[in-house]
Amino acid sequence: MKKSLLVKLLLILAIVGVSLYVSFFDSRFKFSLGLDLAGGSRLVFEADTSRVDLSIKDKALESLRTVIEKRVNLFGVSESNVYSSNFENKDRIIVELPGITDPKEATLLIGKTAQLVFAIPNSESEATASSEIVGLIPTNLTGADLKSAETIFDQNTGKPAVAIEFNDEGSKKFETITGENIGKPLAILLDNEIVSSPLVNEKITGGKAQISGQFTLEEAEKLETQLNAGALPVPVLLVEEKTVGASLGVDSINKSLKAGIIGLIMISIFMILIYGRYGIVSVISLLIFAIITIAIYKIIPITLTLPGIAGFLLTVGMAVDSNILIFERLKEEIKLKSLETAMEVSFGKAWDSIRDANIATLVAAFILANPLDWGFLHISGPVRGFAITLALGIGISLFTGIVVSRSLLRLFIRNDK
Amino acid sequence: MNWMKYKLLYLTISLVFISSGLYSLFKWGLSLSIDFTGGVKAVYKLENGEILNIKEGIKTIQEVDKIRNEYKSKGAIEEVFEVVGPSIGPELIKKTYYAVGISTVLILLWITVQFRSVKFGISAVLAMLHDMLVLIGSFSLFGHFLNAEIDFLFVTAVLTTLSFSVHDTIVVFDRIREKLKLSSTENLELIANQAITETMVRSVNNSLTIIFMLLSLILLGGETIKWFGLALLIGTVSGTYSSPFVAIPFLVTWEYIQKKYVSLRTK
Repeated sequence: MKKSLLVKLLLILAIVGVSLYVSFFDSRFKFSLGLDLAGGSRLVFEADTSRVDLSIKDKALESLRTVIEKRVNLFGVSESNVYSSNFENKDRIIVELPGITDPKEATLLIGKTAQLVFAIPNSESEATASSEIVGLIPTNLTGADLKSAETIFDQNTGKPAVAIEFNDEGSKKFETITGENIGKPLAILLDNEIVSSPLVNEKITGGKAQISGQFTLEEAEKLETQLNAGALPVPVLLVEEKTVGASLGVDSINKSLKAGIIGLIMISIFMILIYGRYGIVSVISLLIFAIITIAIYKIIPITLTLPGIAGFLLTVGMAVDSNILIFERLKEEIKLKSLETAMEVSFGKAWDSIRDANIATLVAAFILANPLDWGFLHISGPVRGFAITLALGIGISLFTGIVVSRSLLRLFIRNDK
Repeated sequence: MNWMKYKLLYLTISLVFISSGLYSLFKWGLSLSIDFTGGVKAVYKLENGEILNIKEGIKTIQEVDKIRNEYKSKGAIEEVFEVVGPSIGPELIKKTYYAVGISTVLILLWITVQFRSVKFGISAVLAMLHDMLVLIGSFSLFGHFLNAEIDFLFVTAVLTTLSFSVHDTIVVFDRIREKLKLSSTENLELIANQAITETMVRSVNNSLTIIFMLLSLILLGGETIKWFGLALLIGTVSGTYSSPFVAIPFLVTWEYIQKKYVSLRTK
């Protein structure tokens, strides 16, 4: 056996070993399932930037994304994703929440502006047009001056309330406002609605206050999350929602898995029937293809979706194709040459078509995957999932089709002699 | 085998499929899902196990909530709930056009460079468009007669067909290129015939492996994936057919006309 072949075979064995371990024996590596398989919600919000100055629009959108990300994280959904996208001047925030059961709650939590404003009554007249609630003047104390918020139970009433703590600047503002308005109500406005309007009894120092509206516990907790994450810099509107129940997702996985395995078995039988012992080589290399693919999906991890599975199935076809190309060549070449020479010639010639065909497919996959996040193409979702599995599959199939099948064939021939 | 002798037959077959698809497209259009039209789609599993499909037009948030609460209060399990705003669909279509457009141009460039002739590039892209037309046309028919819907998954199927079609065509092209290098003849028709003969078994076998996979997906993959599998199947069959019977005849005919034109001019 040639040394280079031995090295290759050892390399293949090592890769298969590692892949097998990752795929089946290490529970740290898991499939990351997309929303259509795991169940969950995909929410698309559109930012209303009509009232934002153009010069600060980008900054506002960036902070919008950050705030939404914070809210999502505080909401406690693991493996959630937040993307932003811009298409023809429409700014979108896409939120993916796997495994969520009540998307309505999430929508309310994420989509609410949560603009907290403290306001004092207008003593002179009600004609101040600037204030949106009649008879109130907003102070310069807002949600931006908060340090933290926490759900508590009111010591007097026992009802849920939200305790807030101001930062240094906020504390000073709060001190001044309360000092100047003793005996008057101080209204707490959330998105232009009065939540509560307690009377100021004395000047409050130390920067602590309590919002006690008529909250249920859930409402108080939601407000806590919103206040801690900060207000949205621009209002958003929900333009798309897709929710898949977890049971349907599990059903889809089981069925596609079953279909995939039966498909693989049918391909294997076909290949062995048509190509005999060469067919066995291709089945082995197909199995290696499947194992490496599973391992890479788990390591990166690649989020699996239904279109992603389609991409995978297509690459199974392409992986088998590399083998078929070589075997068909071999059938021709063997008429004129010795087996060994014929094999080497076939590898070389088949490689040209395998390379050109796969690069063309890679080009398409690159555009569809849109790795540079071009706004005029698909940013997230099914098309990207499909393209990524397609591109990966091509890469792996080149390896198994060329390196693995080739080495195995060489090994087979040596054993014959 | 003299494959190119039957060029007219291939043209007729393609025309029959494409024109019936186009007829359906113009007469009945496509039956689009809410991914394109906007609206509400929901699947509820009632307590007695019954599955309920709901499809509504574009609704306000309050109306959507009403639908939701109505079924939830009955104890129904929400299996699917989709709300799509009116602006999403047109955007999806535009983005897909861009994606297909850019991929097409890049593939055209790649083939043109690789085969040193724009004829190869254009023939391959033509075969690709042929396959996409066949696929879209047949789904217009399925939509009209079998209630199949064009949704986001279908877009993915069209894109897959695009990749597969080119992949398959290049394999035959590659054989022609190789033959052109080796043989003394310049007769493209002769070479094309040989190339098709030599790649035919490979093409059929390769398609069969993919078809096995897809058939198993269609039969066992469940409701969500059934139409998707069928779309891929049509794409695969058409993609395999179009390489020897659309791309190559077009290439050969182009070459023939070009030669004739050149010889006329030199006379």
